[in-house]
Amino acid sequence: MPITRRSFLSVTALAGGGMMLGFVEPEAIAQQTAPQRPGGPPPQPPLDPRTFIKIAPDGTVTLIARNPEIGQGIRNMLPMLIAEELEIDWKTVKVEQADLDAKYGGQMTGGSRAASNNWVPMRQVGAAGRTMLIAAAAQAWGIKPEECYAKNGRVYQRSTDKSLGYGELAAKAATMTPPDVSTLTLKEANSFNIIGKPTLGVDVPDIVVGNPIFGMDFTLPGMLFAAYHKCPVFGGKVVSANVDEIKKLPGIRHAFVIEGTVPALGPVQDAEPGLEPGIAIVADSWWQAQSARKKLVVKWDEGPAAQQSSKGFAEKADEFAKGKPQRTLKNDGDVDSALKQAAKTVEAAYSYPFISHAPLEPRNNTALYKDGKLTLWSTTQLPARARQFVSKNVSIPESDITIHLLRAGGSFGRGLNSDYVGEAAAIAKHVGGVPVKLVWSREDDMTHDYYRPGGFHYLKGGVDASGKIVAWSNHFVSYGEGEKYAPTAGISPLEFPANFVPNFAMYSSNMPLMLKTGALRAPTANSQCFVMQSFIDELAHAAGKDPMQFRLDLLSSTPKVAPPSAKGQPQAQMTPYNTSRMKPVVEMVAAQSGWGKRALPKGHTLGVAFHYSFQGYFAHVAEVSVAANKALRVHKVWVVGDIGSQVINPSGAEAQVQGGIIDGLSELMHQEITLEAGRVVQTNYNQHTLLSIRQTPEIEVHFLKTDNPPTGLGEPALPPVIPAVTNAIFAATGQRVRSIPLATSGYRWA
Amino acid sequence: MSYQLKINGRSMSADVAADTPLLWVLRDTLNLHGTKYGCGIAQCGACTVLLGGQPVRSCSITVDNVGAADVTTIEGLSSDGNHPLQVAWREVDVPQCGYCQAGQILSAAALLKRHPKPTDQDIDTAMSGNLCRCGTYVRIRKAIHRAASQIAAAERPEATPSHLGVEAAVIALTGE
Repeated sequence: MPITRRSFLSVTALAGGGMMLGFVEPEAIAQQTAPQRPGGPPPQPPLDPRTFIKIAPDGTVTLIARNPEIGQGIRNMLPMLIAEELEIDWKTVKVEQADLDAKYGGQMTGGSRAASNNWVPMRQVGAAGRTMLIAAAAQAWGIKPEECYAKNGRVYQRSTDKSLGYGELAAKAATMTPPDVSTLTLKEANSFNIIGKPTLGVDVPDIVVGNPIFGMDFTLPGMLFAAYHKCPVFGGKVVSANVDEIKKLPGIRHAFVIEGTVPALGPVQDAEPGLEPGIAIVADSWWQAQSARKKLVVKWDEGPAAQQSSKGFAEKADEFAKGKPQRTLKNDGDVDSALKQAAKTVEAAYSYPFISHAPLEPRNNTALYKDGKLTLWSTTQLPARARQFVSKNVSIPESDITIHLLRAGGSFGRGLNSDYVGEAAAIAKHVGGVPVKLVWSREDDMTHDYYRPGGFHYLKGGVDASGKIVAWSNHFVSYGEGEKYAPTAGISPLEFPANFVPNFAMYSSNMPLMLKTGALRAPTANSQCFVMQSFIDELAHAAGKDPMQFRLDLLSSTPKVAPPSAKGQPQAQMTPYNTSRMKPVVEMVAAQSGWGKRALPKGHTLGVAFHYSFQGYFAHVAEVSVAANKALRVHKVWVVGDIGSQVINPSGAEAQVQGGIIDGLSELMHQEITLEAGRVVQTNYNQHTLLSIRQTPEIEVHFLKTDNPPTGLGEPALPPVIPAVTNAIFAATGQRVRSIPLATSGYRWA
Repeated sequence: MSYQLKINGRSMSADVAADTPLLWVLRDTLNLHGTKYGCGIAQCGACTVLLGGQPVRSCSITVDNVGAADVTTIEGLSSDGNHPLQVAWREVDVPQCGYCQAGQILSAAALLKRHPKPTDQDIDTAMSGNLCRCGTYVRIRKAIHRAASQIAAAERPEATPSHLGVEAAVIALTGE
């Protein structure tokens, strides 16, 4: 059944008016930035309310959700912001997914940015619409707008009970002069009717009855199905393939080689290295195309990437650790002298693996190339970049590419990269005139990912006689070439506890990697937090201090560079750490978990960790027990987060935190992508395991509301859970976990 | 090969190769897209359907092996979308991305047939084969208990309506 969501638009009238907004377009996905301030920075291209609000003559209000929905609840959150100011009943709102179009401004899902980027602009869109509808009513009644107010989709005259519905006013409102944004008054939080109330996911009614709303479900009449067979070694080229044999198999319409555009094999430094070579098989059904792959005989030129292995990387990292680091990222005080003079020192090597995004919906994309124009139906998180990628790699002008956005069955950063969109486009262009749905198998998905990069940290730390950290040295061995890290394989020189330790050095060295890497939920934070919060724990124990108090003391010390105020000043060139926001979060999680105040069941221990990432301040406490055979049970996780003054949809917010905890526990126990002879070893969920309901702990979530602009939640709740659990394991067993996943050191779920 | 299948109480025919998994017959031949492809090797449960009332992974049973057994997919779980589990799933706002949820609901439906008042352990046993990458397990557990309570309440003479709507969702979420 084709999706015909455009059909409704033809019967709607338009309401609202133009306006100017302060609107910041994020440049980098993973980069952390200061919260956007209300009222600044200067206006960017204007957002027109008419592109976001549609009011039918019968009063039906349709709100446009501009960002891609990947399960993070954006199709609720953005329309809720508009609806609040528009003064309509949320239960009556229809939500429509935007296609890629410049008129919507930025359309991306990534970096947990939607809340901070949209908090002001989307409410202004709603307020502009409300202002226009009130003005239309006032004009109809011959009175001043001040004599009117709006409520539940109607405009009322204050002195009488006279009212007009938005549907009756829409046509007139659409002709009115748009208000200046400076004249708009946004509602105070205490008068919110929608923001701050738990709202049911707008697609949940469709989901529970199995309606076809996902990318994977999209269907067009006469559509063909494609499989794309790539070399098991990244970038391997096709020397020969028996495509003529394949074409004779049942249901096969086309079989052909795509040369690809991945440059001459070498270290991967670009986020999007290009289209990988492979063999496309197009059939009447996907099962026919997929089955035909078993009959493929391909000769590959695997290139130098086939020499890579995880074992080789680990050996190389250890060699680096023994030598002089390639570069110094930060060097405060005199770390070597401080280590010599320290009362106690600790030395530790930490590592974490590559992991795969593995969203439950394998990559898929539908494409139609007809009369020189390409139409894509896609689950991309970044449609503008997908269009660029397709244009560059499939040689179609951007102006001839249309992208419709479909709900993704999870993504976690995978959809930031456009390889699969490009493959579908290349196949559809070759076939021509017929819609083609490309579907990756799970094995394709897991072996051709943009992996969360692994990494190695060689740490030395020292505490003085009073138990304070006086020295911290970290040699980070990562992937890249020269100064340039592989995508998301870098580190910030300001990574905590930078600036909180007087003698602090951070070094890095890079080894080449011929594999794609990319952003996975809380990129860099999801690995760095494990290392930093574990080593802080090691130093706490070396100092003989309670790990919670040790952290609070650290957060009480004065940083080398003054942190920004709690009002959210620009944070450039300062530590991203705002201790005045982090410390209360840690104090609250101590109180909520009863740290040090509660008799724990026999064998149970607590661990704590905190982290700032993606504008969110989070602290977790995990309560665990470890049986003699390393059988781990996480009984409960307490989460406290500061994401500003307002939780927009408490139901979605709680879900994101629960999901982050469960995701983190999956990464902690089992997830690991390893390479042998350049090939990814793990191909499916039996080898790259997800947590199941049986292992899911109780999760208690608290938000500490502060006087800061609201920020996002997709990412920052994840990182601390990993070290919170491993620190609790140390408390239980005296064994320090310095390498994840736990399964590689003999742990398992109880 | 031509197969005559009994799906959601209706007879449907499919002309496919004998080794075609039921999953792909449902999705690509019969246009029933509620059943999802996740792993293809019976590891994730996204493709769960009921075969003669029992939950099976439709990716790992060929059309040839389905025979005359009744197949129930998410589209056929209820006529109006108001199976107590579907109601509870809405009230508790279970899904995040939603991709696994058809399989979750069908496994839960089979569970409630066997254990109308399931314990947490019953839920663990019945639901551990259904993975959720987003991590909705806390709410899945809550929704199963809620549906079980509603079924029990509906069987009492003073039964209240099972569909409590959006207000109930708010109550369920705030734990009131």
